[in-house]
Amino acid sequence: MDKFTTLTGVAAPLPIANIDTDKIIPARFLKTIKRTGLGVHLFDTLRYDETGAERPEFVLNREPYRHAQILIAHENFGCGSSREHAPWALLDFGIRCVIAPDFADIFHNNCFKNGILPIRLPRAVCDALIEDSKLGANARLTVDLERQVVVRPNGEEIAFEIDSFRRHTLLEALDDIGQTLRHAPAIDAYELRQKADMSWVPAIA
Amino acid sequence: MAGTSPRTLFEKVWDSHVVEKLPDGTCVLYIDRHLTHEVTSPQAFEGLRMAGRKVRRPDLTIAVADHNVPTSDRSVAIEEPESRLQVETLEHNVAEFGVPYIPVNDPRQGIVHIIGPEQGISLPGMTIVCGDSHTSTHGALGALAFGIGASEVEHVLATQTVLQKPAKNMLVRVDGVLPPGCTAKDIVLAIIGKIGTAGGTGHVIEYTGEAITALDMAGRMTVCNMSIEGGARAGLIAPDEKTFEYVRGKPLAPTGEALERAIAYWRTLPSDPGAHYDVVVEIDAATIAPMVTWGTNPEAVLPITGSVPDPAAEPDAGKRARMQRMLDYMALTPGQKLSDVPIDVVFIGSCTNGRIEDIRAAAKIAQGRHVAEGVRALVVPGSGIVKQQAEAEGLDRILVEAGFEWREAGCSMCLGMNPDKLTPGQRCASTSNRNFEGRQGPGGRTHLLSPAMAAAAAVSGHLVDVREFA
Repeated sequence: MDKFTTLTGVAAPLPIANIDTDKIIPARFLKTIKRTGLGVHLFDTLRYDETGAERPEFVLNREPYRHAQILIAHENFGCGSSREHAPWALLDFGIRCVIAPDFADIFHNNCFKNGILPIRLPRAVCDALIEDSKLGANARLTVDLERQVVVRPNGEEIAFEIDSFRRHTLLEALDDIGQTLRHAPAIDAYELRQKADMSWVPAIA
Repeated sequence: MAGTSPRTLFEKVWDSHVVEKLPDGTCVLYIDRHLTHEVTSPQAFEGLRMAGRKVRRPDLTIAVADHNVPTSDRSVAIEEPESRLQVETLEHNVAEFGVPYIPVNDPRQGIVHIIGPEQGISLPGMTIVCGDSHTSTHGALGALAFGIGASEVEHVLATQTVLQKPAKNMLVRVDGVLPPGCTAKDIVLAIIGKIGTAGGTGHVIEYTGEAITALDMAGRMTVCNMSIEGGARAGLIAPDEKTFEYVRGKPLAPTGEALERAIAYWRTLPSDPGAHYDVVVEIDAATIAPMVTWGTNPEAVLPITGSVPDPAAEPDAGKRARMQRMLDYMALTPGQKLSDVPIDVVFIGSCTNGRIEDIRAAAKIAQGRHVAEGVRALVVPGSGIVKQQAEAEGLDRILVEAGFEWREAGCSMCLGMNPDKLTPGQRCASTSNRNFEGRQGPGGRTHLLSPAMAAAAAVSGHLVDVREFA
């Protein structure tokens, strides 16, 4: 996982609500046993027609959005399944930041595990950024995680909220498991306590 | 201090599993049961292998293949190479890491959310996770059960914990008596229709009220299963005598004195009087009718007596455009009666409605009738145990005589990762949980409904009000 500090790049507008994980990456592409290589299938049905040819009207099939690193969408982005293939596909395409009014919980969680920053901003602000992004390559956005601001092409700064734990994890590209294992003595102690208090909990095997 | 202020069921289960609370409120939360399947675990096991880590508690972990498995002849190898590789990878990983595994040919094999409760793996008061959003199903037992991503699967394998902040509390109270012909599926579709697909985001839903407690355990699982379709992290129902009766005698449930101690503890779990809920939603069960979805997300739902809505009547431009897109995809016309919509395929199964009670409901409608000409109807039991039970009751013969296909257990056409999928343009009456575009196969059109409604549609050739079959 790469550190996320400051990102400046092309933002692609995707002004659609309820983009579900089946839309981000359909189930038939979940048969992989790897995390990589899913970018080509990102938004498969929106991006390609029945013959597999690109749909020229879809934003990520147009310049400069083919190189987008930021996606701006509407409400409830990432609803549906728990498949981490959704953030893996976004990341493999090159997206490091998704801005939307709100996200489905599991998708939101999964983003952080992969160095993707999901930013919640009010719908009106998202719409303003979508207008900016329509200017294409002339309208690169900057996302500064350290200062917790999105910088519009006109220089205006928009503050955003983020959990301090998650911010720290992204800034330092920390491995969650490594962090939790620092609490191993507490986990050991919990298991001993549970063995005494909840001794009815049987083992599976 | 814990215990002094009134707490919800969710808060009690949460509090009893906090290993450590970090300064920003994030908790290291202990996990009692980790269910894994072949789709969301390969990358997690690979991560462990790369880091030289072990599975901390294989004895609290169970693995089963369900998404990719064909529902046809199990004696032959999986034909599709990628599906076969995913199942073989799981088999390799469980052997390497010492994780208990239910093989594809084992009669206990089935959908992970069916077999958890069925085997007594899932119990009240537990924390249960799985790399699958429908883990919320197990909340029907009064457990805190939620879906996680593959990185979190790896995290649980390595540490037996997750890192999370507590969710907010939402209470959904369904009072009154459910009218004849209506089921748990109709309750949960009505709830989602009311709160919307993001209505539960950031919350854990506790379902309560006369109509909920009146449900059998299978119905409670159906309701909790679709919590995620309302955006909630999890759904729970307080454990009661029905729960204890259900658990008693399950293969891996505690027995004897241990069970009595467990039940004494489980009795302390229901929410305290005066416990705080951030959101309360109330629904009168008497107003619920058999429901069917018309659009491409589960909140686009109406009673079967309704008609396809008209986008022109929607004042909000964004919503109007979304409705129009749904109607275009679904090939429906505003004003068209839902009971006039013809169907090509019927799918009865999934973690939502693949239990024995669901098969019985379908067989009751199918008995003495026949699947309409041109309709393909599949019945896919949720587990090998459900299949055995149905066969012992003769339900398979009733269904087969009526022209239904009787298949092996698995996720099947709920998401079409195995060969059971819709072809472009096909319209399906489905007892599953998601009607997203392409969910059951590219270009496929899904109408979500109850098992009885699905069977009624199968014999009618179109969506139909099951109450006409009474």
